[in-house]
Amino acid sequence: MAFGGAEVLKGVDIDLFPGEVHGIIGENGAGKSTLGKLIAGVYRPTGGKLTIQGDTCTLGSPRQALDLGIALIHQEPLTFPDLDVAENIFVGRQPKDRFGQIDWSSMYVHAAELLNSIGVKLNPRSKVRGLGVADQQMIELAAALSQKARVLILDETTASLTPKEVAELFAIVRRLRDEGCAVVFVSHRLDEIFEICDRITILRDGEKVGERIPKDSSVPEIVRMMVGREVDEVLRHGGVCSEPVVLQVKDLCLTGVFSNINLSVRKGEIVGMAGLVGAGRTEVARAIFGITPPTSGEILIQNSACDINNPRQAMQAGLALVPEDRQHHGLLLPSSIAENASLAILRSLTKGGLVSGKQIESNAEEYKSKLQIALRSVGQPVKDLSGGNQQKVVLSKWLLTQPKVLILDEPTRGVDVGAKAEVHRLMRELAETGLGILMISSDLQEVLSVSDRILVMREGRVVREFQAQEATQENVMLAATGQEAHAV
Amino acid sequence: MQSDAIKKLIALREVGTGLLLIGVVLAALAKNPHFLDPKNLNSILLWIPLLVVVGMGQMLVILTRGIDVSVGSTMGVAGIVVGMLFRDHPGLNIFLGAGIGIAIGCLLGAINGGLIAWAKVPPIIATLGTLSAYRGLAFIVCKGEQIDSNNIPESLTDWTLKGPISISGITFSWLMVWASVVAIIVAYFLKSSRTGRDIYALGSHPEAARLRGIPVPKVTFLVYSVCGALAGLAGVLYASRYGFVNPGTAGQGFELTVIAAVVIGGTNVLGGSGTVLGVLLGCVLLGTINVALAVLGIDAAWQMLVYGLVILIALTVDSYLQRFLRKMDVRN
Repeated sequence: MAFGGAEVLKGVDIDLFPGEVHGIIGENGAGKSTLGKLIAGVYRPTGGKLTIQGDTCTLGSPRQALDLGIALIHQEPLTFPDLDVAENIFVGRQPKDRFGQIDWSSMYVHAAELLNSIGVKLNPRSKVRGLGVADQQMIELAAALSQKARVLILDETTASLTPKEVAELFAIVRRLRDEGCAVVFVSHRLDEIFEICDRITILRDGEKVGERIPKDSSVPEIVRMMVGREVDEVLRHGGVCSEPVVLQVKDLCLTGVFSNINLSVRKGEIVGMAGLVGAGRTEVARAIFGITPPTSGEILIQNSACDINNPRQAMQAGLALVPEDRQHHGLLLPSSIAENASLAILRSLTKGGLVSGKQIESNAEEYKSKLQIALRSVGQPVKDLSGGNQQKVVLSKWLLTQPKVLILDEPTRGVDVGAKAEVHRLMRELAETGLGILMISSDLQEVLSVSDRILVMREGRVVREFQAQEATQENVMLAATGQEAHAV
Repeated sequence: MQSDAIKKLIALREVGTGLLLIGVVLAALAKNPHFLDPKNLNSILLWIPLLVVVGMGQMLVILTRGIDVSVGSTMGVAGIVVGMLFRDHPGLNIFLGAGIGIAIGCLLGAINGGLIAWAKVPPIIATLGTLSAYRGLAFIVCKGEQIDSNNIPESLTDWTLKGPISISGITFSWLMVWASVVAIIVAYFLKSSRTGRDIYALGSHPEAARLRGIPVPKVTFLVYSVCGALAGLAGVLYASRYGFVNPGTAGQGFELTVIAAVVIGGTNVLGGSGTVLGVLLGCVLLGTINVALAVLGIDAAWQMLVYGLVILIALTVDSYLQRFLRKMDVRN
């Protein structure tokens, strides 16, 4: 099977063989899932071709892919909560009797057989609502099998499974492989890739950097291929910070999401949080900021314990959070720059129920020059600004609350290179004024070049802490993927 | 275990409607021991069929996460056009007339469906637009002239006055027969055809439906067309029931009653679940309340208030249930 795409993916070729598990690995944003979705007809490629057993095919829809025997199991299961297990397996293809009506009893029998054949104990008649992710994935798997899938794509399927559930899944995958199925296993978990795959394709920034056979390769080699680029150490700060601690988090837990998180941010310090997507970093930030309050643990700001149950309390305590998805959570796109900048402090600008327009404008003007936001006027709608400038408006909004600690979630996602450097410079300047910054980023280079200290999270825990000077792309990545032991 | 408990809960929604119905009947009986007299029962039985016919179509739409607020206007157009045909061509076969009503409704519904399925206009906006447009159309086709009772064929009004079954003064009218036929067909379609199951799947998780190869636009188009067709049939039944068709009042405001009946009957406004039995119960409940209020001599203004309250209570309970179900989802 050959395939070549563009932009998100650039000229990637991949061959899948029956009876082989083919791993696709790469950093966050390398294009792994995109590749899987293109093969399964979810996205349409802008270029390239797909050949199945010698025939060239063009895929216009997931239905067509299914008809050709290509099935995709998503990270987030796509099941129908209102329908029962059997119907979720057979939806759109329910067996019919000779009168053309759905033959429910034969459907239940078939479903039971299928589930039995992959060793899943589920009642075909129970509703899917309320079932766990693993069960739902098994239902999707059963659906793929019922369609005699020749190519099975597992897209980060293990991300939300327990180790036991992963083992069960792998047992099924091995059996399917032995029955002649071509399995594509998309993952960023190195240990799983090495455990299950017969061949690995490594992607970086949308390009294929190589193909390896696991037994002829090694974890450090694959990691080097994933990370690849030269480390650009312009901004590297270093130096152990001895300022007082402004934010301290003790044994923070959110059941099922993360556990026993301990971290601290000092005055004027930038702490980077690295890890893979799904490691629980954003969730920790949201818990600290009171959006989803933690189930247990303590948050201390300037050494006094704070009871934070909602964002307003967090703001009062001196925290600010710039969320990852600024378009949805950070900005009112059609409103003016000035209005957006003042959103978080509207309460203090309000007199007698009315908001002072003048105050709003003067605030915005102040930060426009401080942050060098490129704009015609502060009355301009935010949606007209570039990604980098939008991010600066969000920053202004939070800086106006005069926080002691600023939490940034993926501060430069989707902004161009120039704006990125600008945001980094700003962060550095803000830190120098005494602000403590906790930055979550999946961009390793960013973490390495901006942070004074780096925390690595994996599977809901902080697994490693580095001082800036001892961190390298390799050792951070190895910690994030849980491969440190192998590397030593 | 969990799913059993949820099943019971969902069943409770129908049981709840049934209990509410019994409560209303008992309350009415306490005030007026003659509430269940044949005369009142006949009023209830006359009130229900229109609601059931339009409600079945509305239910299909709501199952797909949609809504159709133009059904009242569609009834008006179909009632007026068919009424004009009866006026201008006396002796026209009433079944042919009903067929034409269905066809007109189907066409108007197809316009809604096209707007929603392919032009991607949100259902509430699309059908609000056609709610107004179709009402205007009703006035235009008849030049503002009402179809009077002397223009409605007697054989058509007999659907209301007579019926195949009549026991001790209680008549199960032909209107009830047609409504029952519609309900049975819809129930069968939902249970035993793939398209019927696609409707549930689509409402339950639209993105998953698309990725599993369900023709989402086609199914969407179909449900609005069917909903329109049934509203068209209801327009003709309206002519039978009331004996006249006024372009301004025929079906006016009926969409709210219908949506109320469907939702009170346990259909999830967020799509994906609902049963014909539940909707039937919802229709009977609303019919009973309506007649009870009249029988108890409650002022018309109060009737509207009580009516609104019942709808709000049902919706509030529904919303609590949804949140509860979602919490169980999250916990897993």
